[in-house]
Amino acid sequence: MDNLSGILDNKGTPLEKQKFTWKEMAGKPISKLDDDAFTRVRIILMNGIETDALRLKHGIARITGQLRGPLAEIRRVEQHQATMVNWLISADHSPLETTVAYEQVAIEVTAAVAQTEPDPYQAQTYRYGLLEDFDHLYRYSAMLDRLEGKDANNILQGYTDIVPGRQTSEHHRHPDNDLRESYEKEQAALITKIHAAMITAAEFQTHDYYMNIGPLFADPLARQLYAEIASVEEQHVTQYGSLADPQESFMEKWLVHEAMEVYAYASCAEQETNPRIKAMWERFLDYELGHLTVACEHFKNIERRDPAEILGGPLPKMIEFKSQREFVRQVLAAEVNLRSSGTQYVDKSEEPQNSLDYRAQLNSEGIASNIVSAGYQWAPGGELMKMRKVS
Amino acid sequence: MANSAKLGTNFTGVQMSPKDTKSLLEAVNDIHPDVPGDSKGLMLERTARAEEADRIGSVPVPGSAKGMLKSTFDMALGKSPELLVDKLGERLAFERSGVRMYDAMIAKAKANSMADSDLIGVLQHIRDEEFEHMNMVAEAIETLGADPTAQTPCADIVGVKSLGVMQVLTDPRTNIAQGINALLTLELEDNAAWELLIELAEAGGHPRIAKGFHKAKEQEDDHLIKIKTLLRRDLIAQIK
Repeated sequence: MDNLSGILDNKGTPLEKQKFTWKEMAGKPISKLDDDAFTRVRIILMNGIETDALRLKHGIARITGQLRGPLAEIRRVEQHQATMVNWLISADHSPLETTVAYEQVAIEVTAAVAQTEPDPYQAQTYRYGLLEDFDHLYRYSAMLDRLEGKDANNILQGYTDIVPGRQTSEHHRHPDNDLRESYEKEQAALITKIHAAMITAAEFQTHDYYMNIGPLFADPLARQLYAEIASVEEQHVTQYGSLADPQESFMEKWLVHEAMEVYAYASCAEQETNPRIKAMWERFLDYELGHLTVACEHFKNIERRDPAEILGGPLPKMIEFKSQREFVRQVLAAEVNLRSSGTQYVDKSEEPQNSLDYRAQLNSEGIASNIVSAGYQWAPGGELMKMRKVS
Repeated sequence: MANSAKLGTNFTGVQMSPKDTKSLLEAVNDIHPDVPGDSKGLMLERTARAEEADRIGSVPVPGSAKGMLKSTFDMALGKSPELLVDKLGERLAFERSGVRMYDAMIAKAKANSMADSDLIGVLQHIRDEEFEHMNMVAEAIETLGADPTAQTPCADIVGVKSLGVMQVLTDPRTNIAQGINALLTLELEDNAAWELLIELAEAGGHPRIAKGFHKAKEQEDDHLIKIKTLLRRDLIAQIK
């Protein structure tokens, strides 16, 4: 598939045939040990996308009466898709191990997106956020090792580096410096719109996950670390959310979101290595085409326009679910000292005073991300295994 | 449900991804920790937070007039009757959860056609005795005029501690030996806990309660032997 206009001919599974049972929604999970890490990456990404589909449609329903019925119908299916996807995470993942997996998603998917994004400013924004999630992975890996005595690489499976990025203690900035310039809907490529919707969805999910599980920890530093990083994730949602054109109509936003879901499921189906999970991606790709068909009908009726105006144009290859190590290292070497000033990126030396003041206040009673990661250097099996070799 | 460890495509270790591990180690060697220190800072912070923390909760004040009187009476016998109530509350919670845990293990054993023929019988026997112990502790709490339906601090904490065991037992993917191993954790703890509870009841001036608990301790000794034997038998049969 290199564009969505061809796929518009495929009407997908009709809504009334999109059915579930409780048992299949809460079906057999993946194996934390035996499944490839990218199977889990896809699961987490797609859950984020489905929960964002619910979020967007609730937002639309709040501002318009005429679509409340059809939106409710599609949301119900999406609720069950999200359940079936998210329940694939097995119970032997501790919340902190799942957190490590969430950061792997943020790094590998954002890095893939940054490389195929045609708009240079938007691509810069993805690279900027990427280095922060990259650092979160390092801090959480230290926490996992020093709290639970576990090796984050058991989750990452060697695909993602565990080293410092832009230090978490320097991520917090004044809200003025989190907003970004939006793409212009008439000029932007479809893939630019899809990327913004997808990465915003993923970051929203990460934020909500940290907000839910942070209080489950007994350790005061773990609780504080989640508080610190959840706040950054809220900044990321602000940052990525502002990439989309606010002038888009709600119908345009709905179409873009459905197109993004189709693109994401198609990417998952193309690259999935677990046959059972691949079948589920294919099934849900057909479901999404059904949702897109419904959205296109409403678009025609409400806006009296051809959906191809929004959905036409080429798409690059599917999202590449693979280690983006080399790209991430290049970005790290070149851009770790970037900071944001308003909507622009500047050198660390030019960071606005309002961000410095804001951060100094938050950090004034101690910084968990620094305490938990002090001197932490990943070693196979965790830092205690490295000490074993020394003695 | 698999019955034993099998070779497969476990991707977690470094041996499964030698090239990626080499790259990862190169990154680790190139990019050093950006915050000086070590894990001691985390420990110091934990100590500081422990010093300023609030408590988990309290032992409830006896609710009935009868209870109040008994409590006053017991005060004369022991310096801190609320400590005994707290530990009795812990035992009650633990035994009540224990019944549910054995129910989960019995369900698992029934799913395995290869299960030892007397395995389910042994599990059922222990389960029923845990239920007896639960009743025994509830009565002792009532004797002291306290409320057996209250969740005391130690009852709360023991529930937190047992969560992992419950997760292992109710995960349909865990096998018989993994389940029994989880039960062994419970039985080792339970055994030591009854021993201590008897001593506490005696020291607190409640010899009648202590005497009644001896039967439970004997049964717990038997549980521990049975669970260790089941585990040993299951694993040795597979390794030979």
